Amino acid sequence: MTPEFMNTYGWPAIFMLAHIGAIIGCILGVMAYYTYAERKVLGAMQRRQGPMTVGPFGLLQPIADGIKLLSKETIIPSQANKAVFLIAPMLTFSLALVAWAVIPIDAGLALADINVGMLYLFAISSMGVYGIIMAGWASNSKYAFLGSMRSASQMVSYEVSMGLVIVTVILCTGSLNLSDIITVPRPMWVQVMLFPMLIVFLISILAECNRAPFDLPEGESEITGGFMVEYSAMTFALFFLGEYTNMILMSAMTTVLFLGGWLPPFGIEALAVVPGFIWFVLKTFLIMFFFLWARATFPRYRYDQLMRLGWKVFLPFTLIWVLVVSGSLIYFDALPR
Amino acid sequence: MLQPLAFYLFATITLLSGLMVITAKNPVHSVLFLILAFFNAAGLFVLLGAEFVAMILVIVYVGAVAVLFMFVVMMLDTGFAELRKGALQYVPLGLIIGGVLLAELITVYSAWEFSPQAASNLVSAKGNLENTRALGEILYTDYVYAFQVSGLILLVAMIGAIVLTHRTRPGVRKQRIYDQNNRKREDAMTVVKVETGAGV
Repeated sequence: MTPEFMNTYGWPAIFMLAHIGAIIGCILGVMAYYTYAERKVLGAMQRRQGPMTVGPFGLLQPIADGIKLLSKETIIPSQANKAVFLIAPMLTFSLALVAWAVIPIDAGLALADINVGMLYLFAISSMGVYGIIMAGWASNSKYAFLGSMRSASQMVSYEVSMGLVIVTVILCTGSLNLSDIITVPRPMWVQVMLFPMLIVFLISILAECNRAPFDLPEGESEITGGFMVEYSAMTFALFFLGEYTNMILMSAMTTVLFLGGWLPPFGIEALAVVPGFIWFVLKTFLIMFFFLWARATFPRYRYDQLMRLGWKVFLPFTLIWVLVVSGSLIYFDALPR
Repeated sequence: MLQPLAFYLFATITLLSGLMVITAKNPVHSVLFLILAFFNAAGLFVLLGAEFVAMILVIVYVGAVAVLFMFVVMMLDTGFAELRKGALQYVPLGLIIGGVLLAELITVYSAWEFSPQAASNLVSAKGNLENTRALGEILYTDYVYAFQVSGLILLVAMIGAIVLTHRTRPGVRKQRIYDQNNRKREDAMTVVKVETGAGV
């Protein structure tokens, strides 16, 4: 171990590992208490109390749940394809974490501030479908297979409109780098034009994360638990973790694309005294609350309605809106340089 | 030091998974290995500095094309072992085709001379420009017609696929949301005053 070696490879590697550890620690902490928040918010919206037994105000509930899942027995069905069955939850969870590498939490505070950050995020989220397909196929069970088919077609369909929404935002910012997307100033009328896209994006991320009202892949009343039906203990916990991490990720993505990331809201300079990452976290929490709010409010969609919404409403609308936005950007000479 | 290491890692996994695609017994495993190969090929593109191509490779091939493969392979519930039974008789033909291709590759490669500019073209054609921007500038200026034509061909292929598979089935009950929303109370029901003992 020469000092030169440490300077070129050693210290950067240690710094990077520490950074990764910090990100994963934060995400897992937020994720654990997101499940608690979900139960509390749903409880409040349905005039119940939510978890109250474990610890003060039920605050230790996520930890108790975690210990319960860890100490259970992992059951692998005898007809399952063992390797694929075990890889599927790992893939889901690691993909949900890997995407965090490019999210800029504050100015310059991203693990990898790469030029094509937006494409990276999109690529990772489009791979998320494999965990689900593999789980459904490897379980060798009807319900699991039906659930994974539903989930896969749903995610593929809504990715189309999500992609077009992202294209529109990129047109207005002229860069695929996430930090640039946040910092490039957008005129007021561009913000207004992007607002319908924000609505489409919010609905699409619900479908992309398989959340209510689009939680058909899990649909308890029809296919019991969908692709997760054969999973137990730690393998189930990984799917669960992956799902919630994905929700937080999609919230962060919305924050980056539409809500201005770490910048103070509405461009109010006086609010810049609050550190940037706090704004980022608050904005992300807002979208995370939206997930719970939607779940408490809307009944589940029927499958053909879901497909209709994706292909016959969102796809034409976003396509036309890409044309409208790019046309007006050219007409008003507002294309970013 | 890290670059060659990463290159050999990605290249080895690409080759091995490529081999596994054709040797795996289970077709679903083949598709999964194919995905692994695509993914590692994307890693090789990143090492070349072509990050845009790498990401597009993952989005298009892994995220869309391979999903379709996967769907098809999972839906086909045929015994692939049986299909392979007679495969051995095609080995001579395969060897001939492979041999011809190999000979061609050797001829081409032995006569190959890299132009002196090639080394500087590896990362970006225009100096330190981001390669997304560089690609865009070339694609939408010099090659804009070729680009449009390829888009048109894809569109035609898509319409063709829809036309070929689309069939109208008679007697299917469809939900027409517009009609449903336009329904008034008067269309749906009438209030009838029923006399006691008289019926409707």
